[in-house]
Amino acid sequence: MILKRLLSGDLPRSRVLWLLLIVIFAGLLFTPFIFHGMKALNVAAKICVFVVLVASFDLLLGYTGIISFAHTVCFGIGAYGVAIALTRFGPTWTAVAVGVICALLVSLVLSFLIGLFSLRVKAIFYAMITLAVATAIQTLASQLSDFTGGEDGLTFKVPELLSPGFALWDKPFLGVDLNGRLITYYLVFACAVALFLIMLRIVNSPFGRVLQAIRENAFRAEALGYRIVAYRTSSNVLAALFATLAGALLALWLRYSGPDTTLSFDIMLFILLMVVIGGMGTLYGSVLGATLFILVENYLQDVMKFASEGLVKVPLLRDLVNPDRWLLWLGLLFVLSVYRFPTGIVGKLRAKARRA
Amino acid sequence: MSSSIPTVPDELAKVKLDRIPLLLIPALALVAVPLVGSLSTWITLTFAGLAMGLIIFIMASGLTLVFGLMDVLNFGHGIFITLGAFLASTVLSRMPNWTTSPALLPNLSAMALAILVAMLVVGLVGLLFERVIIRPVYGQGLKQIMITMGGMIVGVELIKVVWGAQSIPLLLPTAFQGSLLFGEAAVEKYRLIAVVIGVGVFAVMYWVLSRTKVGLLIRAGVHDREMVESLGYRVGRLFLGVFMAGAALAGLGGVMWGLYQQSINPAMGGAINVLLLIVIIIGGMGSVGGCFIGALMVGLVSNYAGFLAPKVALFSDILLMVIVLLWRPQGLYPVVKR
Repeated sequence: MILKRLLSGDLPRSRVLWLLLIVIFAGLLFTPFIFHGMKALNVAAKICVFVVLVASFDLLLGYTGIISFAHTVCFGIGAYGVAIALTRFGPTWTAVAVGVICALLVSLVLSFLIGLFSLRVKAIFYAMITLAVATAIQTLASQLSDFTGGEDGLTFKVPELLSPGFALWDKPFLGVDLNGRLITYYLVFACAVALFLIMLRIVNSPFGRVLQAIRENAFRAEALGYRIVAYRTSSNVLAALFATLAGALLALWLRYSGPDTTLSFDIMLFILLMVVIGGMGTLYGSVLGATLFILVENYLQDVMKFASEGLVKVPLLRDLVNPDRWLLWLGLLFVLSVYRFPTGIVGKLRAKARRA
Repeated sequence: MSSSIPTVPDELAKVKLDRIPLLLIPALALVAVPLVGSLSTWITLTFAGLAMGLIIFIMASGLTLVFGLMDVLNFGHGIFITLGAFLASTVLSRMPNWTTSPALLPNLSAMALAILVAMLVVGLVGLLFERVIIRPVYGQGLKQIMITMGGMIVGVELIKVVWGAQSIPLLLPTAFQGSLLFGEAAVEKYRLIAVVIGVGVFAVMYWVLSRTKVGLLIRAGVHDREMVESLGYRVGRLFLGVFMAGAALAGLGGVMWGLYQQSINPAMGGAINVLLLIVIIIGGMGSVGGCFIGALMVGLVSNYAGFLAPKVALFSDILLMVIVLLWRPQGLYPVVKR
């Protein structure tokens, strides 16, 4: 019952999905103790951050039916907000708080303005405008190098408690050093879980239902008396705020913020892929999509390297499974998902469970 | 073909031409004269701007027509541009004798061959793209955006499979390198060629759209697709043709743009796509004439701004778009749909 309250009554409704979610949750929770080494922990932290980011994008795309290409801009604002504050004011918690709050304010104003001006028009026009804005802001970030570090980005120190040198306990616990990295990881993990549950609460509230109604039939929703521009704009603002928080988490974890980690258009494409492959309009889809994508990004290359070494004599096939071409296969999976199963993995699993 | 159109009274055929946007180009150029200061620099800049604008127009024209006719906005249009540029690099590198000879004729034929190959292959790829990627999602706005993006991702990766992920230099044929001097103003030879080809493409397109039956059908289809269909024309097939032609033009534009930049990479199409979207928004989505003026304005402004204030030049396209939209929210030539 507590679990049901926590998940806002929106249970996974499929045994396989339950299992997958539990495995992912437990895997992320115990990563530092199961897998040793920095790479596994990095991947796990990235998954946590991207679950939040992708879920916030799903709030827009899956629940409200708006496609925005400026989502990574808010992600970047969060990361740069923390980065700039920590560089300027030194590694204190106050600086983190100032950075996050300022970033949230900037995102709020920006997304509100974009939403108010362009959400009245068709989806395509909104997509184009946000694409143009995103490009402009990317250029801006690389030009204001005194402020943002330009193309090099900003490397900064985090508060004492989170820095790798800090030791909570002298002796290792279960073979793991209890240092600042571990604390940072669990901070990121806890924030990600909390933010995810809050978003689950939002989409299952009456407000969330109105968003879905607008997605299904905007004209009808308006006829029922809902002001769709207001709802769309609030959804846009909410998604932007969550993306900003995700960006702040990423910056805290990486102790770095640069154009390639947050602002680049590639990241935008990646989260689009994650949402669609996982399942639009189901927040659980963002968990599956982000996990799958980041695992593929980091580990499929090893498998492909193996395959391409085996096929070294076959010219074209060898290049197709070249480890650098991992995105090709995810792109194909994406195109297939849009046609064959538009509700993604989660939708498929739920449909199966309903039939059984 | 035109003989089959029944003659109509002149009052019906005359559509009042909105001349204000047409005046923008000379106005823009004139305003720039005192700002730039020296006349010879102004000539060089103006010429560079026109050449750039015309190349942009070649690339963007297909995009705007396809949108006008079928409400399909192809976010993967950039892939045709990249493909065209890479095909040109392959063709040109196969003919070192022709491209390095100082005489004009072998150079011209090499470039013509490269353009021909690029347009043909990209046109066929466009056919495939329309059938496989776009056809199943007609009329579903959100899916269209996603699927064309997906097509772009896969296309870019395939180009990397064939040509590798690095950027490769694409050198101009020898006879096109260097500049001509008119008094003190230097005009690069290649820009002259770009202007000639660009004006040629615009002229042919204008002729097809305004003087042939196919053009009449296309224009009618943009205005009211259902009505044209109910008169017994297959707009679907017409659209396929327009899509292929648009792709082929993007391929041509890719060759021109690649030679203009002198270096090509698999991501170039995605980068230029944003600029093309800005141009067709400025022109009014679906309007070819608006796209032409929008492209020239973008080209001119970015060259003038690049000279006067290089930092501003990075944002000049967006600024231009905002200014135009404040004046005419639907773009220069709004396309009126039924």
